[in-house]
Parts: sequence; structure tokens; C-alpha cells
Amino acid sequence: MARPTSAADAAGLGRGRAVAFVLPALVLIGVFLLFPALWTVYLGLTDYRLTGLAAADPQVVGLDNYTTALADPRFLSSLWLTLLYVGGSAVVGQAGLGFALAWILRSRTGPLRRIVEGAVLLSWILPSTVVGMLWFALLDRDDGTLNALLHTPGFAWLLDYPLLSIIVFNVWRGTAFSMMLYSAALENVPPSHLETARLAGASVPQQLRDVVLPTIRRHVLTNLLLISLWTFNDFTPFVLTGGGPEGRSEILPVYVYRVALQDGQLGVGAAISFLILLINLVFALAYLRLLRGRRRTPEAAAAGGPPA
Amino acid sequence: MRLPSRPALVAAAAVLALTSCGSGTQSGGSITLTITANSIEGGKNSESAAWIKKWVIPEFEKTHQNVKVLFQGNGVDDEQYKTKIALDLKSRTGADVIDLDGIWVGEFAQAGYIKPLTEVGGAGVEQWEGWSQIPQAVQGLGIFDGKKYGLPQGTDGRVLFYNKALFRKAGLPETWQPTSWQQIIDAGVKLKAAGVPTPVQIDAGTAMGEATTMQGVLPLLAGAGSEIYASGKWAGASQAVKDVLGFYQQIYGGSGLGDPKLQQEAKGRDKSFAQFAAGKIAILAESDYFWRSVIEPKAGVAPMPDRDQVVGYAKIPARQPGGGIRGQDFVSMSGGAVRVLNPFSKNPKLAWELLAFMHSAAATKSQLAGQARISSRTDVNEEVLTADPMLKYVADEVLPVTAYRPGLAVYPQVSTALQEATAAVVGGKSADEAAAAYQGRLEGLVGGAANVGG
Amino acid sequence: MIRHTVGRLAATVFVAVVLAFFALPMLWLASAPFDDTPTITTSIPEFTLRNFAAVLDNPYALGSIRNSLIQGGGAALLVVVLSALAAYALSRVRLPGRDVLLYLLLLLSSVVTGTAAMVPIFELATRLGLIDTHLGVILVVSAGLLPAAIFILKDFMDETPTSYEESARVFGASSLQILRHIVVPLVRPGLATIAVWALASVWGGFLFQFILLRDPDKAPGSIILYTLYTEGGAPRLDLISAFSLLYSLPVVLMYLFVSQRYGFRFHGGIKR
Repeated sequence: MARPTSAADAAGLGRGRAVAFVLPALVLIGVFLLFPALWTVYLGLTDYRLTGLAAADPQVVGLDNYTTALADPRFLSSLWLTLLYVGGSAVVGQAGLGFALAWILRSRTGPLRRIVEGAVLLSWILPSTVVGMLWFALLDRDDGTLNALLHTPGFAWLLDYPLLSIIVFNVWRGTAFSMMLYSAALENVPPSHLETARLAGASVPQQLRDVVLPTIRRHVLTNLLLISLWTFNDFTPFVLTGGGPEGRSEILPVYVYRVALQDGQLGVGAAISFLILLINLVFALAYLRLLRGRRRTPEAAAAGGPPA
Repeated sequence: MRLPSRPALVAAAAVLALTSCGSGTQSGGSITLTITANSIEGGKNSESAAWIKKWVIPEFEKTHQNVKVLFQGNGVDDEQYKTKIALDLKSRTGADVIDLDGIWVGEFAQAGYIKPLTEVGGAGVEQWEGWSQIPQAVQGLGIFDGKKYGLPQGTDGRVLFYNKALFRKAGLPETWQPTSWQQIIDAGVKLKAAGVPTPVQIDAGTAMGEATTMQGVLPLLAGAGSEIYASGKWAGASQAVKDVLGFYQQIYGGSGLGDPKLQQEAKGRDKSFAQFAAGKIAILAESDYFWRSVIEPKAGVAPMPDRDQVVGYAKIPARQPGGGIRGQDFVSMSGGAVRVLNPFSKNPKLAWELLAFMHSAAATKSQLAGQARISSRTDVNEEVLTADPMLKYVADEVLPVTAYRPGLAVYPQVSTALQEATAAVVGGKSADEAAAAYQGRLEGLVGGAANVGG
Repeated sequence: MIRHTVGRLAATVFVAVVLAFFALPMLWLASAPFDDTPTITTSIPEFTLRNFAAVLDNPYALGSIRNSLIQGGGAALLVVVLSALAAYALSRVRLPGRDVLLYLLLLLSSVVTGTAAMVPIFELATRLGLIDTHLGVILVVSAGLLPAAIFILKDFMDETPTSYEESARVFGASSLQILRHIVVPLVRPGLATIAVWALASVWGGFLFQFILLRDPDKAPGSIILYTLYTEGGAPRLDLISAFSLLYSLPVVLMYLFVSQRYGFRFHGGIKR
């Protein structure tokens, strides 16, 4: 049985042709992603604004934007909110619920599984413009469906629990990706290993820790990397709360929007975007350390190294 | 899924790239002019978009045989529209005639995005017949640094709307004109006692955005005798600002006169409209827009079939008689949109002709299309406003005492800082605390304490 | 045995709760479009199709769905083709610095899809003559999606066995032939998933589409949905609800089609 090993070059692609295959994507990325991204990094070093005198004649101000941002209590509280938001909605919520669903549904077939998967996936693919409206209709203080169901008229979910509201919202929105990824991953776990563990009297948590996790470690890594990154840059909660009340749900993408678009401070906005990138980098490195560092079991090693 | 071959992809990309060129303005000897505005048929400001497409364009093309006029509609938040226009002008492209909020004129001029009308449109600009019809104060909407950058489309004024039925219930007079802030509070207390859920709605907080500043803070500030920007200095934590925040505290600080939650909600302003229409709010500060578009009996957002009988309006009083700006007893704030010429237009003279045509008496009347609102032209107003006593009231009583916002690039941020100060008060902070925090933020925005007045 | 039954019961309850959680917000989309006087409360509708008639009266609504199909479909196609080529090559051949590069691009894509990159993107598009073209939107959004697409697909390709490719090579097939006839069928569910993901991402996108396009006749549905407000910013719920439903349909249909035809998942068709 041939294990996929990158070095083998089974297809006989050769380095030249491989480069040719990568090139179209790389050119598009280079022009429309790398170039604007570097430009944005440069803008972060200027006092550039959308309008006014600073728009006509922007000056390089060095790291001023960074020091301003890091000293701004609003940025720091936004950063903290974002960490809670990513931790709560992506790492715990989406990954946890996604795994739970994948685990429970793995042995089931038939309509129930299809309906549940369909509902979860639907919430993932609906356009974000529509989704904002749906949740607004659900959580509204006066006429929201939730208050009607719970008989709690006038309960202001979005005002009294803004962060919790958007966390729950994002769990709803994004669980599908984790569920799909873990469903695929669990198919890699040999049923015989689980059976053996069960016969040996291992509880479900023990099975998960000793049999499942080592096999799907790499999928967990991919999953956490992507959903953290996406959640970090998720702007959709703006539709629900507008960052309010009083900034209590102003996660970083909303903060950047306010600074760059509403206040027109494009230089400061660009600097904060770069800070967000650095924070994402820290996250990525942490996951890598956590999940790649202890590669003890042969299964994990055989599943192909993590992509870094 | 079958992958197309690489040559096919390259060819497709090339074809697409080619078709994307050729967006020039000249074709076959005829000239194309473009108008853009934050209005779109079937959506936001639909009527104004329909007017441009169905009246302006055919009428103008009738007299200009070789000219084709296009309209690029938008229907988005003001900030998004502003961003798009700024990006266009920064790249020296964009429509020939552009709709702007009057408050943006200064920052666009400072950025070099727009130029004075005479520089773009030529000598014909000064001879335009319309100037004599536009009052000096309204012309001010398009003026920056003493130069005319745009033609104002119209203006508005702010008043206190009140529900006469609720006033009757509370034993208050149906013809009401408070002469001090205290009288508003007194009326609110009586209304509350009579069971009105929310006696007073003065927009507050950041969620309402500029509405907080325009409907609440600035009229109140004018009533406390101060302008936000005067003789080169911004109003800091002055007594006037503290008075304004103190008034907010009287309404939202536990008295039950106002609904603090409503000020925090993302759609709070819409809700306040609906609640006024439903008789749950008794007194509400708004512009005449509220009268003609919100509670308008037929087509309004929150229509009130009995609007003309039930809804009264009163001028916004100064804190105490004579305490307003310029020693006034009553105050208001006004704004309005303007149209500017794109300085990078390929046909600036023709663009000016189009712009002037859009502001002619005939065009202005056509835009109003039987619906009354305060246009920029005196001749049209005299004809149209007689149909609506409320708008006549604004034109005759309110506009003489009104004031305008400073058109400087930093204004939107100062406005945000003011909104945050009201939000802090609504959230339970004292007026002094909120004023102190505002002062700190203001100094950061306008370049130090030297630019802030006491 | 009892433990097993209890566990099974608990699992069923859990699944039911989750189903309710996911279905609840969507109820509004099922009721309001058909309601005579739609409010934001979900309720049994006073049945009417008038809201849809009102959407048809809007001069831009239907055309905007066509525009979304052009832009979303174009981007999905471009992303799938380019990411498949790149992911395959990166999976099979060890190019120097490949993994670091992928990570960096993934991180950079987060900067560029944010608000702050608006000015560079706009200026770039202006100089390339891409303003007010479908192509401009397609290229910009595709570049933002490509890193993640390559990242996911490479994982996918890593897991497909290479033995078939070896045999095909022995029989003299070219690399493109191998990719088209052997690899693509194996990773088809992955390609389909990426296509739906790309389409869905573009479908709800607003800011770049708004900035890059001028003519409202080219605007996608996500922009038109934002215009369905009155002057004072009050939502026209009759139009919004009906249009939301219409606008969601193409993505949902594509998902149903794809999941029927190819399977909607992240794993190759062949068990190792």
C-alpha cells in the first residue's frame, strides 16, 4: 500500500512542471494579494487618510500608528474581545460542536443524518448579508422570535449579552466546516482499534484520547488554523450589533472598519491590520507547537507530516 | 469536473481583459456625461434616482443632441458611498456630476478631490441665474474657505415633534412651545405620570451615528449658547457641553423619561420612529424629514394616517430664554446635500451645464413632483411650500435661527467623540466624567489642547 | 448494555437540540417572504406572493442574481482550477520553502480581505482597467480565496494514494493527463466542496464588489440587498425577505447538486 509521500514524486511531475502548475495561482496571488498586502503594510507607516489634508500629502510617520494603537484602550479591549470571540466561537464552539456532531453521526445513516448535516451546512453557505438579517430577526428585543418562544418579551440579548450573542451566532455560522473536516478525519480511524479499546474497557473519553486523537491530530491542526484565522477576520457580527453597545462587541475587524472606513484613518487601519496578521501568526505557531511537537504515535507520523 | 486546458484559459483571460478596456467616454463623436448619487431606483432614495433617469436625462439630452447622460446609482450607508467617491476622485476618475453631503465639502476640498466651481466649469458659473434664488445661508452648504464648490440641493431644519393625543391625556396644552429645557422635562414628567411609556426621545449614543449629533447634541449645544467649532477652536469640556450632557442625564439617568436601551440598539432610530407612530413616544427631536418621509400618512416608513391632526411641532428652545447662540430664544441645526463637479471631468463645461440644469427652477419643481420639501431655491419654495404648513413653518420660523456644521475633515471624528460622550451618560456615567473623557479624546483628534476652547 | 442505551438516547437528544438550534434562525426565511405584512417576528404567514412580485418590480433585483452568478461562478471556477493545479504540484513535489510560503499567503489573505487594503486594491484595479468589470471582481476575490483553497486541497491530495499515478506514468501518460484522468476523479468531492465554499464566500461579499463596480446593472445581489432601504435607513422587509430567499436559492441548489453528484466532503473516494 503506497503511502503518500511528497518526496517520492510518484506522478513524475518534476520540479519544472510542478512550478508551471503552481505558477498561475502564484501570479494571481502575487498581483492581487501579495502586492496590495505589502502596499497596505507600507500605508501602515504613514498618516494617510481618506480625505482632508493628509489625503493630499501623506507623510511617513514610522511606527507612530502602532504605538498609538497599542496605547489605545479601545484597541486593547477590542483585542481582548477578539480573543474571547475566537476562543469561544471557533476553538471551543465550532471545533467542539463540529467534532461532537461528526462523532455522533459517524455510525448513523439515513434521513436524520442527512437532515442534520443539511441544516448545519445551510447555515454555512447562506450569504452573510442574509444571515445577518436572520439573526437580527431571531434576537431582536421587541419582536424577536427567540423572545416570543421563551416568553421573555423585551429581553435585549444583543444589548445585555453582545459578546455571547455573536459567539453563539458564529458557532451557528461556522460549525459546518469543522464537522465536515472531522467526519473525513474519523474515517481514517480504523474501527478495529476502537473496538479493541472498547473491549479493553476504555471509556469514550479514553478512546478519544488514546485512539482517535493521535490519528486525527493533523486534521485538528488544519481545522484550528483555518477557523481561527477566519474567525479573527470575520466581519459579519457587525450586521448584528454594529460593534455595540459601547464597543462591547467591537471585535478587531469591526474596529478596523470603524477606524479605516468610518473615521477615514487609512494609515492607522492598515497598521492595525498588520497587527492582526502578527497575532494570527502567533496563533498559528502555538497550534503547530501544541499539535506537532508531540508526535509520538506511529499512526500520526504515518498520516503524513503536518504541512509545515 | 473537467479541467479546461491551459491555452483555453489563457485565451479566456485575454478576451475578458480586452472587453474590460474600452470604457472610454467618447464613442462615435458623441459625448457621455455621468451623474452619481447615493440613490437607486427601487431602493434607497428611489424618487431622486427616478427623477434623474426619467426627467433630467431625457430633458437634458433633448437640448444637447450629441450628449449621452448616464446615471450610476448607489444605495448604501453614507460612509460607504463617501469612500467610493473619495477613491474615484483620488484616482482622478469618477462621474462628472457627483452628489455629496454638504458636510463632506471641506475635507474633499482639502484633499484636492474637488475644485471651486468657477475653476472647473469656467466663467459661466458666476453668471448662473440660480445664485440669486439661493439664500446665502443655504449657499454656505457648498462653500469652503469662501469658495463655492457645490450647488446645494435643499436644506432642512430640526424641531420637536409631539403627539397631541398623548399631551391631551397628560393634561398638557395641544399647542405647545417650550421656552426652556426645563419645560421639556416638566412635560416629560407629566406624560410619564399619565402612563406614556417613553415621554422623550433625544437621539443619543454611537449606534445612532450622526443622528445623535445632529438631532441631539448640536441643537442642544446651540441652545446652551455654544457652537461646536468657532473662531478656530473646538468646544471642549466647556460649561455648555456639560449642560448638554446634564440634560441627557436628566432624560436617561433613571428618570424614566427616555429609554436608554433604545439608544444602544443597532436599529434604535428606526424603532424610535415606529414607537412614535404607535403613540409610545410623546416628544421626539428630528428634522422635517421625519414629517415628510417617516410619518407621512401614505408612503412613510412609519405612516401615521392621522398625522395632520395628531402631530404637533415646536421650535427647540434654548436652555433658558436668550441663552442660545447669538442670544437666541430658539435654535436649530441644518444640513443638506450638494452636487459638485468632478475636477477631472473630460467635459467640464458641459458638466457644468448639466449641473446648472439640474438646479434650474423647472428641474427643482420636477424633483419635488408635488411632494413638498425645502429646496434650495426661494422661487420654488414660495410656490411649493404653501401646500404643507409644517414645511412652511420650518422655512419661515426655523431656518432663520438655524446653524450649520463645520465642514472640516476631522469633524466626523469629533462627532463620534460627542456621540461617545452621550453614550457614556446613557450608560450611567456622570456628565462631568463624560465631559472629561470627551475633552481628552478631542485633544487627541484636533492636535492638542491649543485647538480646544474652554 | 444499559450504558450503551443511555448513551444512544443522550446522543439522539443532543442531535435534536442541535438540529433545533440550526433550524431556528432559518424559520424567518421560510415564513416572512410569504407574509402579507412581514415583520421581524417569525409567524405563520398571512400567505401572499406579493413580496416576490415587488422584487420582480425592482429594476435591479433579478439582474443582480445573474451578476452574482457570473462573479461567483467565475471566481469558483478560477479558484478550483488554479488551486487544484497548485495543490497537486505542491503535494507531489517538494518545492523549496513551500510550507512556509503557504502559511504566509494564508496570513496575508486575511490582511487583503479586510477593510484596510481597500485603497491598494482599488488603485491596482484602476490602473489595470478593471474598474466596473466582472473580471476585476473575479480576480480580486479569487486571489483572496486561493491560499485557503490550496491549503485545504493540498491536504486532500496528500491523502490520495499515488500508486495509480505511478502506473499511469509507466504507461506513458503525460502529467496533465494523469491530473485530469486520475487525480481529479479521486479528489472530486474536494473540488466540489471548494467550489461551493468559494461560491458561498463570494455570494455574501460586499465591500470590494461595491468599490470595484460602478454601474448598478453589474452589481451582485449582496449589494442590491443593501439598497432595499428607505431614505431614513428603515428596511423594506417585504423586499428584503423575498429577495433574501431568492438570493439564497442558487447557492443552496448548487450545494444540493454537488452533494448529490460528487458528495460534499473532505475525503478522497478511495479508502486506503
